[in-house]
Parts: sequence; structure tokens; C-alpha cells
Amino acid sequence: MTSTAGMAPPAIALIGIDKSFGPVHANRNVNLVVERGVIHGIVGENGAGKSTLMSILYGFYEADAGEIRVDGETVRIRSSREAIRHGIGMVFQHFMLVPPLTVLENVMLGAEGGALLARGARAIRRRLAELGREYGLEVDPDAIVGELSVGLQQRVEILKALVRGAEILVLDEPTAVLTPAEADQLFEMLRVLKSQDKTIVFITHKLREIMALTDRVSVMRRGEMVATYETSATSPPELADAMVGRKVILKIDKGPAHPGRVALEARDLVVRDDRGVARVGGVSFTLREGEILGIAGVAGNGQSELLEALAGIRASSGGEILINGRPLALAQRNPHDERRIGVGHVPEDRHRAGLVMPFEACESAMLGFQHERTYGRGWLYDRKAIIADADKKMGAFDVRPRAPLLKTANFSGGNQQKLVLAREIERNPKILLVGQPTRGVDIGAIEFIHKRIVAQRDAGKAVLLVSVELDEIFALSDRIIVLCGGRVTGERKPDETNARDLGLLMAGVSERAA
Amino acid sequence: MSAPLAPLPQWADVALIPLVNVAAAFIISGLVVLAIGENPLEAVQILIGGALGDLEGVGFTLYYATSFIFTGLAVALCFHAGLFNIGVEGQAYIAGLGAALAALHLGFLPGYALAVAAIIAAALFGAAFAAIPGYLQAYRDSHIVITTIMFNYIASAVMGYLLVDVLRVPGQMNAETEAFPETGRVPQFHEILSHFGVHWPVTPFNLSFLLALAAAFVVWLLIWRTRLGYEIRTVGANPTAAVYGGISPARVTIVATLLSGALAGGMAVNVILGEEHRLILEYTAGFGFVGIAVALMGRAHPVGVILAAILFGMLYQGGAELAFDKPKISRDMIVVIQGLVVLFAGALEHMFRRPVATLLARRTAQPPI
Repeated sequence: MTSTAGMAPPAIALIGIDKSFGPVHANRNVNLVVERGVIHGIVGENGAGKSTLMSILYGFYEADAGEIRVDGETVRIRSSREAIRHGIGMVFQHFMLVPPLTVLENVMLGAEGGALLARGARAIRRRLAELGREYGLEVDPDAIVGELSVGLQQRVEILKALVRGAEILVLDEPTAVLTPAEADQLFEMLRVLKSQDKTIVFITHKLREIMALTDRVSVMRRGEMVATYETSATSPPELADAMVGRKVILKIDKGPAHPGRVALEARDLVVRDDRGVARVGGVSFTLREGEILGIAGVAGNGQSELLEALAGIRASSGGEILINGRPLALAQRNPHDERRIGVGHVPEDRHRAGLVMPFEACESAMLGFQHERTYGRGWLYDRKAIIADADKKMGAFDVRPRAPLLKTANFSGGNQQKLVLAREIERNPKILLVGQPTRGVDIGAIEFIHKRIVAQRDAGKAVLLVSVELDEIFALSDRIIVLCGGRVTGERKPDETNARDLGLLMAGVSERAA
Repeated sequence: MSAPLAPLPQWADVALIPLVNVAAAFIISGLVVLAIGENPLEAVQILIGGALGDLEGVGFTLYYATSFIFTGLAVALCFHAGLFNIGVEGQAYIAGLGAALAALHLGFLPGYALAVAAIIAAALFGAAFAAIPGYLQAYRDSHIVITTIMFNYIASAVMGYLLVDVLRVPGQMNAETEAFPETGRVPQFHEILSHFGVHWPVTPFNLSFLLALAAAFVVWLLIWRTRLGYEIRTVGANPTAAVYGGISPARVTIVATLLSGALAGGMAVNVILGEEHRLILEYTAGFGFVGIAVALMGRAHPVGVILAAILFGMLYQGGAELAFDKPKISRDMIVVIQGLVVLFAGALEHMFRRPVATLLARRTAQPPI
């Protein structure tokens, strides 16, 4: 299937690409060769470094080390403008379109060809008609973009790249926003483009799409390019294996769970995102006292919305939440009331939600509990009590430096996370909702945090753990449910499953593999 | 992406950066004076002499400063909630109406209870007028910058109509109310001091100054020592975290604008109850807008606001002297300085951060990526 002329240089060659953001090593010595005229898939878990790599190719970041070759020539790409000049076009998951403008105006944007529009508009209109005929990419140039379907909007994005002379098209998770029918149309479109000798790099985490569409597939894991296969010579289990890897599972001393009464139950919970799209489509589960229920899944499959709904931050649009067997009234589904009835919540994103970065640590350490009398009776706060309380929590969770007056932003990620955990756990909640507890946290802190979460379980608390790190799910959970596309695709016990099995469930393949 | 700024020591952040910003504004102002053909150093001398040279100058300086403390606090309080209240001018104007109506119609109140009632009325009217843009921001997503600007025009039109057609004393040419009774006024310092046999030249400097200092203290207490202040700062710094913490950003928005409007009412107390003793057309004279410059320069901290307000009081009083002594320099020079302060302390607040950080760190800054 991959019949590339032996001597022609590859369309893209990335050699030894390395990129760090502070302590996070996003790309480690990555090598990738994409031959001309093929559809090349890149798969990997969330945070594996796929998007960083493509951002380097498109000039958003510059690599710390390494070389980029386009058609065999070493190039330096410092901006998207330079990427376009080298024939690289990018279609982002979130479209870069101006909804009130027409298709023509959107395509022209940045390529107007002079101070007056008429001449450029004529040229682009002609070009759009040509592209429509050549590739079957027909779209009404005078339609308002905001009124087009998502699939057509994506087509406009592709046309934008083609009009600018893209020979290499990079699509970042293009099907995330599409219906299955629209995705099929997209694949058809991409096959036509390939037949016209365009090169396509297709980033996804859905194995089904890789198998259906690509000629070749490269797998990234933890910033490294771990393998490249001919698609026809591989299989979803092999890819899942490579994606997840045979990682050393962090071992923590953890006795068997002693589950007690049901503390939290969800029945047919439906949760919509801000745009009204159902991100959780009828999820049911129970969580007992004294157990850790892990929710696994690739990021963006409804876990965040589920967690927010359980914590009362996001309204659910269907189904029931029961706490200690009693349905939680709608009026009580807010963070304030839920905290009072004993639901602690460590949010997935400490920067965005869990902490207030410009605040002193002691002030961040009372967020959500600011009404409590511990911090002062009546109107005025008792500063001494606030500082003493924070100092106690910081001591209990080994937050370093133990400085309640230091600005929150000045702590390292691990210590910020410990501060959040200290705040939520030290209040002794009955139910603890934990989202991505060790994201961006160093190894030492990970071990510490894991021990604390297990200690909560052993103290009879009901712990719900949402994590995109399979390691973490395995290390902590007593039971695992897997979400894909907002639905539960399976439930497993950690000692009766393995990474490959979970990887398939996460990719939406429901039948049990070996 | 640009290189992260090296963290500054706190003293540099709190004191040095604002000083550098203000110094830049004054240096440019000096160049303007030079361009006009006057000696900037001589101008500064006259300005400071006029503002602080004698007790009369000091009285006027502090009288102006009192208004600026109130309007500055009003803007600063909203800053903490992440809101930019540009409507202090209009809120102070409407507050004047409240003060006047109370002082003129509640004459049955005993003694200085009338003045107290008038002060409360000023705060209530200011708050009520601010509440509308606050509500629109909180529940209707209308941006408060736009609505408060528009509400300044509404205030101006409404007050113009009321003063010309409704409240004007019949037979009078001036668009103003009749004078308030003695007990409806805020006493001036020279009156009080004369009771004790101390002589102070006649100036409009009145007890509102103490009220302003008290307000500054209360604002400090509110912002940094109360639950409400904590909620206000959380919403201003990170609305997502506020929601996570069970705080309603909409409610905080409304409360912050109410308090801001009430503070704006303090200007009516100073000018209408403390000096004019009647409501007059366009009495706010742009002081509400100066409050923005004061809040920016004072970095939204009550102490900074007091210092910045005194500086602007000096500019207004000394500027009048300067315009008198040097006819080539008009009072508009003060507006120029004010504009430059807004430019350097507000719009270009971070312009000197990097050089200062570099200088302090004594090493070469990383080039921007």
C-alpha cells in the first residue's frame, strides 16, 4: 500500500527533536519520517507529546535541539508564516475561523493580496472553484461560516491550508468534533487529497481511525517516539500496547479494600458542556465507603464534566446523584452545600480552579471553606487563625517551604497540589472526589500523594479517582470503570485486567481482549 | 511565548515600580513645559509652593485630595473584583442629588442628624446608580466599562434637567438648589478650629477628610480582613476558582459595584455638604475620572490611594497657582499630567518591570523567545 518512490526524499523528517517546558520534558529525541503522498497517523495518550511535536513543526515553538527537514532540506521554522511558506498547513481541533464572515473572507484572511480586496477575492474565488473540482471539496464561498455544520467548517479549514499552497497537511484530533458520518466524509476527503500526492499527518488517539485511514502509524509515549508500523502489518492490541507501554507500575503498600455502605451513586447522569453538547451520556455507578473507584479514559471523554457535576460546579441535565442513599436535591448541587455535607473535591486543574495564584498560601488554603468559623467569628477574619490553620495543614502534608505567607504561585507544582489535597482532606470529608491528583507533579510528591489517598480509603472514606494516567489508576483503584465518549465501556478489577485491556476499552473497543 | 519575568522583591513591586512610573509621567510633563518655553524646575517650584507653601494652600490641597480619596477608593474597590468602574463621575453626581434632597427636605431632624442623614442619602444614591450597571454586568453580560460610560451621560442629562427645571430656586438664574440649612452641612476645619481659638485661613477643607481616611481604613479592612473581601478578591483574581469555592461571581459583582457607588457618594459629601452647601450643575468637574488615575497610581491599595490623592490634590491646587503665575501654562497642563499618569501607571504599568527586574537581578535578561 505504501508505494513511495525509493529515492525521493521524505516530505518531513524530524531528527532528534527535543523540547522542555521548565521541568516537563515534552519531547525527547523524537525522530519521525513521513514519506510523500501517504497518510501518516500519530497516536499516543494525552500528554504523550503529539501536539507539542506538531506545534514545533508549525512554528509555534522552537525545539531546544534537533533538526527539521522538509523535502530533504534542513529548514528553520520560527512562525506559522514560515511553516506555510514551506508548504505545511495545519488544521486544529478548535477551528481558527471567524464565524460571522463568509467562507471566502475566512479563506482570504491573511492572504488578501493587497490593500483592496476585490482583486484578491476574485483570485481566491477562482482557486476555491478549482480546488472544489480537483478534490471534491465543494463549499459555497458566500456562505456564512457560523451557519455551516462543523464538518463543513472543517472543510473550510482544509481549504484555507490548500489555498496557501500546503503540500503537507497536519490534522490535530480532527474527528473529536465530528459526528461519525462527518468523520467518514473527512476520511474520503483525505483519501482524495492523498491520491493527488498530498502528504497527510493525522493525529488521534482513536485506534479505529488509525486502522481505517492511515498507511503508516507512529506511536508516541511520554514524549518519545516509541515505534512506527505499517498500518496493514499491525493491530489495535499491538498499538494499544505500544501506547500504554509496559510501564513500571508504581507499587504502594495497599491492603485489600473493605467496602462498606454505598456513599455515592450516580444514576443515568447526563452532563452537557458549555456549548450544550452532551459530554456524559447516561453514566451510572456506585461508590462505597472504604474503596477507591478509578475512572479511566483518554482525556476529553467526559471525565472532567462528570467530576464537575458530582462536585456541584456543573449542572447535570439528566439523571440522579445520591449521597448516602438520598437523592441530592438540585438546590443542593453547588460546591458550598456539597462541602457542608462532606464532599471534598480536588479539582483536575489546580491552576484554573483549585488555587488562586496571586493569593498567599494561607488564603488559598481556605478556598471553599472561607465561611467557616475557624477563620474568625462575625465579619472579621482572624489572621492568626488563618495562618495557624494553613501552617498545620502544610505541616501535615509536608508542603515545602512551610511558609503560609508565601504567594501560592511561588510554590512548585507538587507542593501546590499538596496544598490543595491538604485543604480538602484535612476537613475530613466522607466522600473525596479527586481529579488528576499528580498531574505535573514530581516523583517524590506522587508517592506521597498516593499514600495519602490510600490512607483516606483505609480510614473508611469513599474515594473517586479520575485520572488519565493508567499507572495511577492501577496503583490506587480497587475498582475501575472506563469512560469513552461519555459512556461507561467497561468495569474491571485491577488484578483481573491489564493495560492493553483497559487501552482497548478506552479506545471504545468494548469486547474483552486477552 | 515570552520569557517569564524574574520575580521582583516585594518592596520593588509595591514602591519602586509605581515611583518609576510616576517619575516617567513627570519627566515627560517637564518636557512639555519645556516645549511651551517655560522652565520646568521653576514650574515645579511654583506648583509645590502653591500647594504646600502656606496653610491656605494646604487646606485647598487636602480639600481636593478628599474628593480624590473617595473617587479613587471607589475605582480601587472595583479593581479588586476585576471590574473597571468608569462611572464614578456619574455616581458621585447622582449622590449629590441624594445629599441635596435629604439636606433640603429632612429639616425636621434634630441637630447634625440632618448632616448624617444627608451623608447616608449620598451613599445610597451613589450605590443605587452603580447597581444598575452592576446588575447588567452580573446577569446580562453587558460590559461594565461600556455601561458605566453611558451612565455618566445619563447622570449628566438627568441632573441637568432636574437642576434647570425642577430644583432651581424660582426667579434664580443659576441652575442650583437653594442653600442647605446650617445643620445639613459638614463643618469646615477653620470653623471648628476657631472655636478653640486656633486660626486657620478660610478654606473648603472640611471634616469629610476624616471620613475619607476612615473610608480608606474600612476599605482596607473589608478587602483584606473580611469574608466579603476574600470573595471579592477571589472573583477578581480567578473567577473559576471562585465558583469552585462556592462563591457566586454575579453576587460579588453586584455587591462590589454597590459599595463602589457608595464610596463615590463621598465626593458629594465633601463638595456639596462640605463646601458648596447647595447642589450645583456639573459639580463633579471630572473628579470621578481622576479617581481612575488615583486608583491606578495607588495600585488599588487604600494607602496608595491616599498618597496618590494627595499628590493629585497638590497638582490641582498648585496647578491653579502655576496657571496664575505663568499664563503660558494653563490648567490643562494638569490634565496632561493626569493623562500621562494613567498612561504610565495604567496602560504601560509593566513597561519598566523588565528593566527594573534586570537591574535588580544584576544579570542580563533572557531575550524574548
